Amino acid sequence: MTMDMLAKSDLRPVRRRRGPAVGPGARLTLLSAASIAFALGLWFALAASGLLPKMLLPSPWDVAQALVKNIGVPFAGATLQQHLLASLGRFSAGFALAVAVGVPVGLMMGWFAPFRHAFAPFFETFRFIAPLAWVPFAALWFGTGIGGPILIVFSGAFAACVINTYRGARMTDERLIEACRTLGAGNWRLIVDVLLPSALPSIMAGIRVAAALGWQSLIGAELIVASSGVGYLIVQGQGSVETPIVMAGMATIGFVGLLIDLGLRQIDARIGRGWRAGA
Amino acid sequence: MSGIAFTDVTRAFERKGGAFQALEPVTLHVPDGEFVAIVGPSGCGKTTLLRLAAGLDHPTTGSVMVGGRAVTGPGPDRAVVFQQFALLPWKTVRQNIGFGLKCRGMSDAEARPLVERYLATMRLEGHGDSYPHQLSGGMQQRVAIARSFILEPEVLLMDEPFGALDAQTRIEMQEELIRLTAGQRRTVLFITHSVEEATYLADRVVVMAGRPGSVREIVDVASLRKAERWAERPVEEVMELDSFIRIRTRLWRLLRSAGAHRDDAATHTLPIAS
Ligand SMILES: Nc1ncnc2c1ncn2[C@@H]1O[C@H](COP(=O)(O)OP(=O)(O)OP(=O)(O)O)[C@@H](O)[C@H]1O
Ligand SMILES: [Mg+2]
Repeated sequence: MTMDMLAKSDLRPVRRRRGPAVGPGARLTLLSAASIAFALGLWFALAASGLLPKMLLPSPWDVAQALVKNIGVPFAGATLQQHLLASLGRFSAGFALAVAVGVPVGLMMGWFAPFRHAFAPFFETFRFIAPLAWVPFAALWFGTGIGGPILIVFSGAFAACVINTYRGARMTDERLIEACRTLGAGNWRLIVDVLLPSALPSIMAGIRVAAALGWQSLIGAELIVASSGVGYLIVQGQGSVETPIVMAGMATIGFVGLLIDLGLRQIDARIGRGWRAGA
Repeated sequence: MSGIAFTDVTRAFERKGGAFQALEPVTLHVPDGEFVAIVGPSGCGKTTLLRLAAGLDHPTTGSVMVGGRAVTGPGPDRAVVFQQFALLPWKTVRQNIGFGLKCRGMSDAEARPLVERYLATMRLEGHGDSYPHQLSGGMQQRVAIARSFILEPEVLLMDEPFGALDAQTRIEMQEELIRLTAGQRRTVLFITHSVEEATYLADRVVVMAGRPGSVREIVDVASLRKAERWAERPVEEVMELDSFIRIRTRLWRLLRSAGAHRDDAATHTLPIAS
């Protein structure tokens, strides 16, 4: 899994240069915009050139049309919003469960050595099992109910929550722990008032990774088990060789994933605004 | 009854290539209610000694007793003020000061008047809702002292608590400490690098020598302090007294020879930055 690579903080070196009125920030934004425009242009050109049949590479225009059309006209039994809502509902349930269980487990592993040794082997093994591998059992255990997708999202998001929380907790300043112990803090106080806030940046990074992994695994799961949802939309599009609708589904996944991450970033920036000096 | 008794205490740290002896047998008794300052060259084991009394570390051999009981871990009878403040960055000044009370199961409503009183005593009014990073070093140190004092511990363990302060704040804090400790009888173990500070504050000054750490000499100040009423006079006035200067000079001499002693030893043992 890629959570190790992804779970780094958003801190970038701040470069301050005297120079033109357009600051480095604005220039970089401009670069991003130009890059997107270029990619879209390339896609347009490639689709228009006729090198590839329309079915293999629909043009951006076709995709946009399919997307807009699906907002009004149901495809595979539901409109785009309905598919999206179904996906989001399953995702939220599995993701919330992963955070609610993963963060406490990570904190416990960070604080109690026996707990750490008892749980670590499972994580070391389970994190290599892709969430999709759970699909057969999800189907067997839960049938077509909500339980299956929740299990799959959970299995995708859980490890990232645990591991990042655990690492953050382990990095807590030993001097703070000692100081609080001399003030009479017991295990519970130390976990809640010292480890948790100290690990918060790492926890939030982990939660963002978990959201990305959970969202990905849900769509994957819907390719197989669901009867609605964006993943299901894609499968049905494939079945009827409607490649524009497949791509519209893909675009929706990417865009909504981005929005989820942006939302979590907002939360991250708001937490501890008062005490995180400068950051 | 809250004296501190170190009896034949040694502490050896595991190092590559064998154990490192940080303290050779140290025997030191701080009677109930006495203010003892420790001075000594860097790395001579002052912090190690204080951590043993705090219960944050354990002696390799020998015994550490506080109030007649063997120290097994941190306890509510002993408060520690650390050199690096060690305030919780995510808690406000009020919450930091009230933290120990909360640990004792006191409700916010019960703790509130006490916290307010210590905010006032430490001249931190108007900063109760600030976070530590918004305070100056001197203010942070006052919060650290307040959160210890509010627990009314019988024993105060302070490790260079004023080391990071500017000269003026430092003098204010020294007077404050005299005031706070004069009210209730408290046993204090106070580590400092400043000979003046030790002389001004302590009943007795322990001069340590290093490598391995040991007690070199103990200088009595209490009788003079009482006779000349130092506690009731401003620092600058006390510092001009002949008696003060005599003690200070004597401590300097002792420290110098303690340092020389250490340098001799340093040729045998590789000094590692503490
Ligand atoms: N945890 C540890 N592991 C190994 N060696 C240690 C440890 N703690 C202290 N020492 C060593 O023990 C010796 C005494 O350290 P200590 O911190 O007590 O010195 P100190 O007198 O407080 O010095 P300073 O005035 O610089 O604070 C030093 O040589 C230090 O390197
Ligand atoms: Mg020290």
